[in-house]
Amino acid sequence: MISFNNVSKRYENGHDALKHINMTLDEGEMAFLTGHSGAGKSTLLKLISLVERSTRGEVWVNGNNLSKISNRKIPYIRRDIGMIFQDHRLLFDRTVYENVALPLVIEGADHREIGKRVRAALDKVGLLGKEKLLPIMLSGGEQQRVGIARAVVNKPPIILADEPTGNLDPELSAEIMSLFQQFNQVGVSLLIASHDLSLIARMRYRTVTLKGGSLLADGGSV
Amino acid sequence: MSQQQPEKRGATTQKTGLISRFKMFLHLHRLEVRNSYVGLIKTPIATLMTIAVLGIAIALPAGLHLMLKNASTVSADWDGASRFSLYLNDSVSKTDAEDLVIRLMKRLDVEEAVLIDKQQALDEFQALSGLGDALYQLDENPLPQVVEIIPTEQFSLPEASEAMLGTFKLMPEVAVAKLDMQWVKRLYYLLQVVDRFIYALASMLGLAVLLIVGNTIRLAILNRRDEIEIIKLIGATDAFIRRPFLYTGLWFGIGGGFFALMIISGSLYWLSDPINQLAIQYNSGYALLGLNMTEVFQLMAFSALLGLSGSWVSVSRHLKQINPSY
Repeated sequence: MISFNNVSKRYENGHDALKHINMTLDEGEMAFLTGHSGAGKSTLLKLISLVERSTRGEVWVNGNNLSKISNRKIPYIRRDIGMIFQDHRLLFDRTVYENVALPLVIEGADHREIGKRVRAALDKVGLLGKEKLLPIMLSGGEQQRVGIARAVVNKPPIILADEPTGNLDPELSAEIMSLFQQFNQVGVSLLIASHDLSLIARMRYRTVTLKGGSLLADGGSV
Repeated sequence: MSQQQPEKRGATTQKTGLISRFKMFLHLHRLEVRNSYVGLIKTPIATLMTIAVLGIAIALPAGLHLMLKNASTVSADWDGASRFSLYLNDSVSKTDAEDLVIRLMKRLDVEEAVLIDKQQALDEFQALSGLGDALYQLDENPLPQVVEIIPTEQFSLPEASEAMLGTFKLMPEVAVAKLDMQWVKRLYYLLQVVDRFIYALASMLGLAVLLIVGNTIRLAILNRRDEIEIIKLIGATDAFIRRPFLYTGLWFGIGGGFFALMIISGSLYWLSDPINQLAIQYNSGYALLGLNMTEVFQLMAFSALLGLSGSWVSVSRHLKQINPSY
């Protein structure tokens, strides 16, 4: 589903964020990506979502060689990737419903279909009653769940999460993680960047550890 | 670990039918038309000010065009009244000249014929030339007798006039026959100059409209920078992001055009009374011309186009500079 073949990324300021990364995430696999800040976690996720491009090597996502994807095609690659951010990245002048519907609206889905799918996604994250509220009226955990509903509403085969529990207390974090497990159980591939080692340890999933831009460890839970 | 093979899934495999896509496309556009409109209404003062500036910029050339149109109508009225001046031979006596006038008056193509005798011509020349008393030093009056002729309406057209001029030239009493078109030509060329001037002004103000809309859209884009980044991350195409801004530009153009129409009709209303008074003084049935339906349509279409292109240029430029990050 995702594979890195000898990928390096050097930023314009000369900083080597990733060095010779070889890694594969299979279809339907769930893995954690960990390491200190600056280890290259975010850069790795950015290469997958084409926010950045690799300097060397090939990144394959969902059967596409990303170095062959033109800028015009980037949106279509991103539609197959559900992205979840630490700061949620919601539109604060739109309702919960409108936020979650956004990926479907962008794709040009039928509006009856949109209604059905948005409610299904909100039901999944337990926010069905709050679709008419603005994100600002919700708690941090609820906002993150809106972000998750938005990421899964168009049923992408891949979900990327960048520190999804960074701002949440342990109990809420566990809730979010259990949601991820549920998505994984229906066949979605997930790559979750996190430095919450105790949480990762309890989850017992494959863990990829980066240090200074290189792959330090790849295997069972830390 | 859940490593079971799931069925192939993902957005790429979920194709929607062509008709429902088209319906959605229309629905989206309707939504954007409404959203961009609502967005403008939310900041009424700023929107109104922008529209007022656009309206003034559009109204200036449109108003000048209207002035030109009115001037052309007036000159067209005068155009019909071309005059002939027949300069008579020195050998023709005053009585012969008066006979000639009577004969001319009987012609069907002559509306009026007036004799200006030597003395009248001299008085007129003295008054207008500024030579004054110097003329009295002359032994005799060097000016010829002149018959001024105004043709009837159907003979005022250029071709008929030329034909009449030919027959006048053949008359034995006539030394020189002239068709007084000079000033009409001058006015025509003057109007041409004004016309060009209006085009130049219209182009400059059109450019101003483009820049104003462009700048307003630029600010709108910067205001929504976060939102643009987010929807880019979710997979929005540039076309999708561009759409609301294009509609906003279109609304600005339409609003500006409408404002310009209001300025023009207001000015016309304000001017109509004194102009009517003036027309009465000249015994003329002249009435001020407004914009006709075609012109109103052209003005609105042109304004809308300017608004749209202004925002297009701005969006294309600034959208490239916004790249998402997290």
